[in-house]
Amino acid sequence: MDHLIIAPILIPAFAGMLLLLEVRERLWLRRATGLIATLALVPVTLMLFQRAFAGEITVYDLGNWPAPFGIVLVLDRLSALMLLLTSLLAVPALLYASQGDDRIGANFQALFQLQLMGINGAFLTGDLFNLFVFFEVLLIASYGLALHGRGPARVGAGIHYVVLNLIGSALFLIALALIYGTTGTLNMADFAVKVNQLDGQARTLAEVAGLMLWIVFGLKAALFPLYFWLPATYANASAGVAALFAVMTKVGIYAIARVYGLAFGAGELAGLGRNALWVVALVTLVLAALGALSARRLGEQIAYLVVMSVGTLVAGVAWGTPAAFGASLYYLIHSTLVCGGLFLLADLIGRGRGDLGDRIMAGPVPAGRGGLAPLFFIGAVAVVGLPPLSGFFGKVALMQAVPAPLYWALLLSAGLVALVGLSRSGSTLFWRATGEADAPRLDYWRLFAAALLLAAAPAMAVWGGPLLAISDATAGQWADPSQYINAVLNTAGGGG
Amino acid sequence: MEAMIAIVIAVMVGTGVYLVLRARTFPVILGITLLSYGVNVFVFVSGRLKLDQVAVVGVSDSPTDPLPQALVLTAIVIGFAMTAFLVVLALRGQGELKSDHVDGRRDEEID
Repeated sequence: MDHLIIAPILIPAFAGMLLLLEVRERLWLRRATGLIATLALVPVTLMLFQRAFAGEITVYDLGNWPAPFGIVLVLDRLSALMLLLTSLLAVPALLYASQGDDRIGANFQALFQLQLMGINGAFLTGDLFNLFVFFEVLLIASYGLALHGRGPARVGAGIHYVVLNLIGSALFLIALALIYGTTGTLNMADFAVKVNQLDGQARTLAEVAGLMLWIVFGLKAALFPLYFWLPATYANASAGVAALFAVMTKVGIYAIARVYGLAFGAGELAGLGRNALWVVALVTLVLAALGALSARRLGEQIAYLVVMSVGTLVAGVAWGTPAAFGASLYYLIHSTLVCGGLFLLADLIGRGRGDLGDRIMAGPVPAGRGGLAPLFFIGAVAVVGLPPLSGFFGKVALMQAVPAPLYWALLLSAGLVALVGLSRSGSTLFWRATGEADAPRLDYWRLFAAALLLAAAPAMAVWGGPLLAISDATAGQWADPSQYINAVLNTAGGGG
Repeated sequence: MEAMIAIVIAVMVGTGVYLVLRARTFPVILGITLLSYGVNVFVFVSGRLKLDQVAVVGVSDSPTDPLPQALVLTAIVIGFAMTAFLVVLALRGQGELKSDHVDGRRDEEID
């Protein structure tokens, strides 16, 4: 059996441990270790992506215990796509953070690697309890990263974030205990089979467990009414971390899509909680747009745009058709990369304005305005969904796939409201600015990292056709859970 | 036996929820601890209750389910680490925000 599938977990795990040993070494050595490990993920995930898109579902039995008794890692198109997206986001985010943000605390680089390990593990695992463990790995690393550096605002936002997630973990465990108590399995594929054979009280309990899973994943994805922690946490985290966190909400969406597609897409419990997800997603969309309009800092505004993309996406997932899910995947890639780039850009603008930071009020001309303003324009056009960039194609594809008048109306008006908010910040920050800022010159490496992420917007527009074909193929496989279930439950042996 | 375990879980979770909703960090931490105790016992009994049986197949006629014991061990370790982290974070909040209120508010701001 081929061991490449476990590399996206092992590379950051070993790099993280090595970085813990290097904590007293020179900074450049730590940076080199972190950057090399992160860069190494790109070719690995690209190879896994190629393999998954040949249509094959790879199953890896950890410790050579066959499913459903042991824990399995499963690589299908959806997880391969998410892995590739994570590594593409992580490289610029780490490049940006390595320009000075990692100086504040000794363990920044190690935490960054462990965070990547948690995210990759959550995308690969085929076991619900293992998903819980990887969630905890990525969460505890994210606590460290969010609090990285000092400051009362970060600590205050951090307490809310940690307490909420601990309560979320407790709910997750209750749901897992109910699932194990009723179906006797925690393997996702086996659960998908057994849950349809239940009846009577056991079935009610399994329904309760499924609905509790939506709450837990909704908290991770930042759905209404569980998104209030996100703007404060993201806006107060350092920029490279906030950019990486752009994929964290997508872990929640991935988990919803995975469990939904496997267990609740068809069969006895089809569409469990689907209407609730739909309503909640639309409410999230509207409230996040209003939040983006009322934000007083650029970082906070972008955090609300992340929440807005979550609402857009979960509505697409809840609609449930393969076409809607395919369009959501395209929009997911777009919004992750562009929002990550915007977080980096907001930090750069804030640095260039001295004490004023990224507050949306007239002030000095940001240092390096000539480079920042065009990038901000590109990012804003893309994230709002104006032609000719990626957000436009994503929204068109979503609207074609989800022919619900309410969705169209809310999606378009939320886009308009976000456009008003972003025009106001752009004109305040760049046009109403007078005088020189007492700030250091623009760091070109940082600008390069932000530009790298924002380049996704034109690139995804140019290669929109192939990318939509890829996301549609992914959605096709997602909509047919029998492929996944057969691959997991029928594997015969193999080396572990 | 089942009733007693159920009551124990209910009391721990109920107390935990009440304490989590308090406004100071110390009761919140106690609440989360109690909540995770309750949840851990709940995970433990998801393999059904059996008296005087070992969790080894072949030694006993009807062995008790070993998997929830492994799961609860993992959950305890993770919960313990998270609680320790939260305690440190709350202490740092006390130092930096000069308040043990969960929103970092000063005493004079609270009615």
